[in-house]
Amino acid sequence: MLPALELENAAVRLGGRLVWSRVGLIVTEGEFVAILGPNGAGKSTLLKSLLGVVPLSEGTATVFGSPVRRGNDEVGYLPQRRRFDPDLRIRAVDLVRLGLDGERWGLSLPSAAKSKRVAETVELVGATAYQNRPIGDLSGGEQQRILIAQALVSGARMLALDEPLESLDLSNQQAISELIRGICRARGVTVLLVAHDVNPILPFIDRVVYVAGGRVLSGKPEDVIRTETLTALYGTPVEVLHTSDGRIVVVGQYEPVTHHPDDH
Amino acid sequence: MPDQGPSWDVVADVQLLLQFHFMQNALLAGTLVALLAGVAGYFVVLRGQSFAAHMLSQVGFPGAAAGVLIHASPVLGLIVFCAGAALGIGALGREVDAGHRRESAAIGSILAFSLGLGFLFVRLYGGSAQGIYAFLFGSILGITDSDVELTLAVALTTMASLAAVGRPLVFASVDPDVAQARGVPVRLLSLAFLLVLALSVAITVQIVGTLLIFALLVAPAASALQLTARVGRGIALSVALALAFTWLGLSLAYFTNLPVGFLITSLAFAFYVAVRIVKARSAMVAWS
Repeated sequence: MLPALELENAAVRLGGRLVWSRVGLIVTEGEFVAILGPNGAGKSTLLKSLLGVVPLSEGTATVFGSPVRRGNDEVGYLPQRRRFDPDLRIRAVDLVRLGLDGERWGLSLPSAAKSKRVAETVELVGATAYQNRPIGDLSGGEQQRILIAQALVSGARMLALDEPLESLDLSNQQAISELIRGICRARGVTVLLVAHDVNPILPFIDRVVYVAGGRVLSGKPEDVIRTETLTALYGTPVEVLHTSDGRIVVVGQYEPVTHHPDDH
Repeated sequence: MPDQGPSWDVVADVQLLLQFHFMQNALLAGTLVALLAGVAGYFVVLRGQSFAAHMLSQVGFPGAAAGVLIHASPVLGLIVFCAGAALGIGALGREVDAGHRRESAAIGSILAFSLGLGFLFVRLYGGSAQGIYAFLFGSILGITDSDVELTLAVALTTMASLAAVGRPLVFASVDPDVAQARGVPVRLLSLAFLLVLALSVAITVQIVGTLLIFALLVAPAASALQLTARVGRGIALSVALALAFTWLGLSLAYFTNLPVGFLITSLAFAFYVAVRIVKARSAMVAWS
């Protein structure tokens, strides 16, 4: 079986700066992968390179066997953002519909098949009750459900989610994590999820990809999130602590002073 | 102006309105500008570019003055200045996260400079204030048949262009990052929209004046977006409101002798304020 995602000797340069290099990564179809690492390490850049938005300076990247490209229906994207502007006056369901055919030129004619597909996807994420409200009126958790529907609606077999749990309260973090896990398990959708904190998703993930110090390391969470492994990756002492309630805390984490344009 | 005032007999009133050729032309040109501005204005307000629309409707002033000064056509000057300004802010790009701060600062700077230039050109020409007055407030009651034809061509071209790019333009306006990943040329569209807007404003502004264009580009769409979050209905409502304000304004001007520009902007403003008050009240009810 072809891997869902394959990176070979990949590197990205942004504005002359080498973000990461010599990256080799294989993700199997249906895996739930967390992408972790400090601010500015290039986690968002990794997702954008898979979407064809940021070009590789070296190496190759393939998604379901084809080279990465913009506008691939098989990959759904949820970008990093705080919230939609409260004054943005467009219905949530219209935003989902844009994920299906928003890139096409010409007038949007009514289509029963497309409306049905949008309705089914909205129902899958549990957003039917508020689909007709303006997106700016919705809560953070409701907005994330709509955005997941938008990412899925084109028939995506892979979801690239950039910090979908950021700025959500704990119960919403859990609900959204469970929703994503459900989509991953029930539909065999491969999930790549960038997170600041691994704990809310720790029970669900198959693998972590750790981006730090210009390198990328992947493996099972218990193998990667270890004091020795991360110290080697960061190139500076890091300690992994386990709290009594099963949470993992990485301390002494190297946070670069320079600000990365993708991680604000 | 008419010897008879308006009555409650609508048919008779319409007959009165249409008895003069200048009123027929004013209504025709006004209708076309309202159609154009109603559609384009929806995108202006959705994209948060009211200030850019303001700039584009004013920036042609030094262009027209320069055209007169060098004995070229004022329209040519208008087009050069409007397109130049559109390219200038388009080239800067828009950072949605930055709340459009960069764009609005650039617009403010361009606008001030262009008005300064206009002042210089008028001084150099030694012209009267009459030309400036006509440019700012228009002379909708002095529109010729060829003006109407030109407005028709511009309105049709603009609406056809917007129909062709409307869907990806909405996508790029509300969700630029996803739109880009889905293959929408976001920056190119942003530039193309400003250029289409600039060209249609440049040509219509000399016919109906800055004031009318700007009023119809923002207020009807702003009201429409408050009333509906559906894209199709929003555009239709924006057009309907622009048409209603224009027709009503022209009719009232005909019967009262008050300036057309004042009447149309007042109607648009009053409606917008009423919509905001109703929305604020219903939000307060929902809170309590």
